[in-house]
Amino acid sequence: MSAEAHTHHHEAHASNGHHDEHHHEESFVSKYIFSMDHKVISRQFLITAVIMATIAMGMSLLFRLQLAWPGEKFAVINMILGDKWGKDGILDPGMYMALVTIHGTIMVFMVLTGGLSGTFSNLLIPYQIGARDMASGFMNMLSYWFFFLSSIFMLAGFFTETGPASGGWTVYPPLSALPQAMEGSKIGMTLWLISMSLFIVSSLLGGLNYIVTVFNLRTKGMSMTRMPLTIWAFLVTAILGVLSFPVLFSAALLLISDRSLGTSFYLSDIYIGGQALEQTGGSPILYEHLFWFLGHPEVYIILLPALGLTSEIISVNARKPIFGYRAMIGSIMAIGFLSFIVWGHHMFVTGMNPFIGSVFVFTTLLIAIPSAVKAFNYITTLWKGNIRYTPAMLFAIGLVSTFISGGLTGIILADSALDINVHDNYFVVAHFHIVMGVSAILGMLAGVYHWYPKLFLRHMNKKLGYIHFWITFVCAYGVFFPMHFLGLAGVPRRYYTNSAFPMFDNLVDINVFITIFAIIGGLGQLIFLFNFFYSMFRGPKSEQNPWNANTLEWTTPMEHTHGNWPGALPVVHRWPYDYSKPGKEHDFVPQTVPLEEGELDGGGH
Amino acid sequence: MTEILIYVAITLALFVIGYMVRVYELSSSIRGKKQHIVTEGDNRLMARFMLTFLFAFFAFVIYNLESYGPRTLPESASAHGVELDWLFNFNMIILFIVFTITQIFLFVFAFKYYGREGNKATYLAHNNKLEMIWTVIPAIVLAIIIIFGLKNWNKITEPASKDAIVIQLYAKQFDWTARYAGKDNELGASNYKLITGENPLGIDSTDTKSNDDIVVRNEFHIPLGKEVEFKLNAREVIHSAYMPHFRSQMNCVPGMTTMMHFTPIITTAQMREKLNNPKFDYILLCNKICGNSHYNMQMTIVVETESEYKAWLSSKSTFKKKAAAPAEVKAVAAK
Repeated sequence: MSAEAHTHHHEAHASNGHHDEHHHEESFVSKYIFSMDHKVISRQFLITAVIMATIAMGMSLLFRLQLAWPGEKFAVINMILGDKWGKDGILDPGMYMALVTIHGTIMVFMVLTGGLSGTFSNLLIPYQIGARDMASGFMNMLSYWFFFLSSIFMLAGFFTETGPASGGWTVYPPLSALPQAMEGSKIGMTLWLISMSLFIVSSLLGGLNYIVTVFNLRTKGMSMTRMPLTIWAFLVTAILGVLSFPVLFSAALLLISDRSLGTSFYLSDIYIGGQALEQTGGSPILYEHLFWFLGHPEVYIILLPALGLTSEIISVNARKPIFGYRAMIGSIMAIGFLSFIVWGHHMFVTGMNPFIGSVFVFTTLLIAIPSAVKAFNYITTLWKGNIRYTPAMLFAIGLVSTFISGGLTGIILADSALDINVHDNYFVVAHFHIVMGVSAILGMLAGVYHWYPKLFLRHMNKKLGYIHFWITFVCAYGVFFPMHFLGLAGVPRRYYTNSAFPMFDNLVDINVFITIFAIIGGLGQLIFLFNFFYSMFRGPKSEQNPWNANTLEWTTPMEHTHGNWPGALPVVHRWPYDYSKPGKEHDFVPQTVPLEEGELDGGGH
Repeated sequence: MTEILIYVAITLALFVIGYMVRVYELSSSIRGKKQHIVTEGDNRLMARFMLTFLFAFFAFVIYNLESYGPRTLPESASAHGVELDWLFNFNMIILFIVFTITQIFLFVFAFKYYGREGNKATYLAHNNKLEMIWTVIPAIVLAIIIIFGLKNWNKITEPASKDAIVIQLYAKQFDWTARYAGKDNELGASNYKLITGENPLGIDSTDTKSNDDIVVRNEFHIPLGKEVEFKLNAREVIHSAYMPHFRSQMNCVPGMTTMMHFTPIITTAQMREKLNNPKFDYILLCNKICGNSHYNMQMTIVVETESEYKAWLSSKSTFKKKAAAPAEVKAVAAK
């Protein structure tokens, strides 16, 4: 179904508001389950991601219990993991590693990629560029269902005899290639690979769709430089995904081959289980290169949409244009481009050629520059604003704070000489959690609160939103800030317990401190879960443009309409950031309002 | 039992919150107020929270620095590590200044510019001069950081000196073995196909260079002030030789030999005195997830005077001697 035919089809029935029911007799299945409507699909992504995030966060609380009080009995551990992996209420070391692995994988891929890009690219791209739907509703529908299937497979490992994959979310071979090396490298690892393959398919289907839609389906007047920053972010993110996910796919295929077909892409000179294996000539470092070639762009695939959402939310709620719109676009593009040439900074201590290491140091520090520009621009957007503190705005500001904190420690890690002593220890864990696990999640939550009226036609409860923000923000820093010190004390990551080394004995109270904040923060999310699901059914009905925003999604009717606008598509006359423009009656001017005589667009007066 | 009560309590609390929310919404709609509208009162409250957070945040950071800072690693026990620690502190000072300035601006603006009735925001869309300033200044600062960093990196990664003591560190699930190159300072050839119970490193006995190699477990010793070069190997999966006190780390990858080197500058005895801890030991940890007992794969490192080191080393048997030893001696040596 091409976009042109679709548009004509709807315009021909402009007078008939319910043309969709008239012509496509939609059953429950085609309307809500296998829907090809971007709005339904975005909700499907969101709800699946929220459920996966809750599960993954639950996993983290289980292993944080073990880390704070190693070897102590907790009934909840036995209750959830049974006698096999939680005998007497003590977490099994193999299951500890499985929890850590699946927690990481779910959070990075299902929640922060599927849940961020999947939800908001789907929701906002057609809306904000003035299109009826995505270029291919069918591919979009497939993209969600592959995501759903991949989520099922990711959890399936817990229902196997030997347990889920447990080699860390990075699953380096030979550990992940040799079933004899660890229980988690048996069927669980196979399920992980299947899950990731399905996930990659989902991402590619989605990404291609987003790119084509943005380039081809913008409405009249919506030039590239009149697009909201959200769309720029989603576009560059989709390009990153399309170019880098296939490389992970190849890494996974070669791993499947080594596991099942006796090949030696990653294996050489291995003696295990009393046997010298036949494979020679391969190298685990090949996997690391292929993995991180995706792995690094992946973190920007996570971060850029969150930054895009924040640009929009800060601007709308500060009642000011986002400061430096073009600089922001340039930064997004610079970050996107540079993200492809920094992957080696995850591999400084693998034994690769030191000269190559230097190159990666240089490119990684370059990427700090556009990131800094974005942070400064957010702060300047607040300057002399008239800030309206919706819960979304709180989360957006929280994102800026944690983006700065986490980004700065990245500079230490980018420096290969300094990385030597902090690679793979809690310093790294602190860094990536603050930028991804806090900053990007805060962005996602900001997006949920802000666009809830478009997702569910209702409002979330404001007071609960405030409480949720402050608990989350305070506990997030409480959990992850002390981890820097654990890293500087030499504590490695992925350790079941620190009690095997006397040198870590004086750090026990830090682990307890972290876990307590994690538990409080985790419980705080229950407030969000309640608010999110309750408001879907009982929240106050929203008006059409509750935030007095300029972008096109707020011009659609307050009931989900197939084709978004009943009638003609909107025509755009100005950029989206005319907030508090001098000489205007209101403090906002929607994009559809024509320019006056002599009025300049794009930030001029 | 207590656990179940806790879950029941949480569930009940959720129901209570739910009803309270419903009551609140109904009552505000009766009063004609829309609960989701953000009032000036809301803005003022949140603004105050923002400012309070700024102070609390810095207090928290300082608390962490005071309470946890002293528990980070002691001074570097390696020569190159001294410069690395200087570089780290130099970086942290810069980062800390940036952190402080930006967080202050963020939260002070968040406090100062909260939305008030009748107020209008200032329409400032861009300012190229500002953008230039905060592109160029970070670029310059980062350039300085890179230059210092890469200078250190080049020094650390240049080839070891010819007369460095060569030691192989062999990683396997879940322990370490050290093999000294011995008098000829060259490690004998090895091959994974030669691995047996008595020859866990697969040392090739036909290579004469193996004869003077010395294999030790549980702990290895190195002399003060002499450069040591480690050649790293792994038996079945990637491990990583992490010696945090010496600011050294290098992955051990099956199928290749990696290397790193350093010169120790503080003996175990001296460090024990400095830390006032007679039980202190330098330690080699595994730092790349390698299986279920990854968290307990360690080897003690002893740094001592040259004479102590020589005495210790000569008390160990060479590979040739061990190979020729009768079965009982081998059994004892294997422990």
